[in-house]
Amino acid sequence: MHELALMEELRRLAVQEARAQGASRIHRLRLRIGSQAGVDPEALRQAFAVVMGASDPQGQPEDAELCGRPIALDLDVVPTVCFCPDCAQEFHPADVIHACPRCGALASRILRGRELELVGLEVS
Amino acid sequence: MCGQCGCGGGAAPEVGATAATPIDAPEATRQLTLQRRLLERNDLQAAANRSHFEQHGLLALNLLSAPGSGKTALLEQLAARWPHPPVGVIVGDLATDNDARRLQAAGARAVQIRTGDLCHLEAHLVERAFAQLDSRGMELLVIENVGNLVCPTGFDLGEHLRLAVLSVTEGEDKPLKYPALFRSADAVLLNKIDLAEAVAFRRDEALANLATIAPAARLFEVSARSGTGLVELIGWLEQQRSQRGLQARAHAHG
Repeated sequence: MHELALMEELRRLAVQEARAQGASRIHRLRLRIGSQAGVDPEALRQAFAVVMGASDPQGQPEDAELCGRPIALDLDVVPTVCFCPDCAQEFHPADVIHACPRCGALASRILRGRELELVGLEVS
Repeated sequence: MCGQCGCGGGAAPEVGATAATPIDAPEATRQLTLQRRLLERNDLQAAANRSHFEQHGLLALNLLSAPGSGKTALLEQLAARWPHPPVGVIVGDLATDNDARRLQAAGARAVQIRTGDLCHLEAHLVERAFAQLDSRGMELLVIENVGNLVCPTGFDLGEHLRLAVLSVTEGEDKPLKYPALFRSADAVLLNKIDLAEAVAFRRDEALANLATIAPAARLFEVSARSGTGLVELIGWLEQQRSQRGLQARAHAHG
């Protein structure tokens, strides 16, 4: 459950950003997760509920106000995109084996799919 | 309102606690567009660790595997055979100091991180543990991660190289089941190779699986029990040290 550690970091970042914008409540969070990022969306949602439901022992008292009521979580899953240097082209791998569909080479770079980012907040 | 859902029941919210939140009308919300990486803080600490290790002349390894694949036994061998001892080890485990004591008995300088309920190491834990380690005269630092093939993958600890251990008793298809971890490895140590025959290990199949998931990773077939492959592994690590121009420091730097 490293998802728990990630959601604790998410809460910290969200509170930091919301406070910097003078917000008093967070309503919705948008997270971008790559399909190679090693997180399970369901485990992430459970960890999110745990982390947002608990009061942060290291947090400031006003965190509870920002996060005190249910917060919606939107997950944007980014599909994997690889790059084959031999063919100089991008491709979506068919499965866990990242073989170039044109030449079959395996040593492709992963261009997208490792994201783990907070990309949006809805606040008031 | 109950303070949870606006149902009208339960305790009323404390008056004057918030600046101006209308209770009945739906609140006007606004959208903030951001781009904050969840691993940003860990990655910054990892980069600081890496440069700190380099100042000490250390090559740092992150050793990853499933529980029971023989990481600690391999490290005992490495600590006993490394040409310029002592080897430094930071070992992460959920509980107990057993591993650190085993490694100290083998000649390593070892610090244990008891992670409690954390299933992986993070860069700040490594920073704290490293501060407890006397690194004078040391060339090699091994960070033995918590035995887990999923959670440690995304967390850079400041290592120069990632070594994944796969033992022959775990099955040939492990790399296909945990592709992200094996894909992130610079080298794969195929351990307990002395047991391959006894457990009817299909070597060709395992190597083919590794080649599809981690084509660039170096492969070492090793046995922590018989010592097979350790000479090759040590030779490669020494080469990695000299490629980076790392030189052991006799004294602690400021």
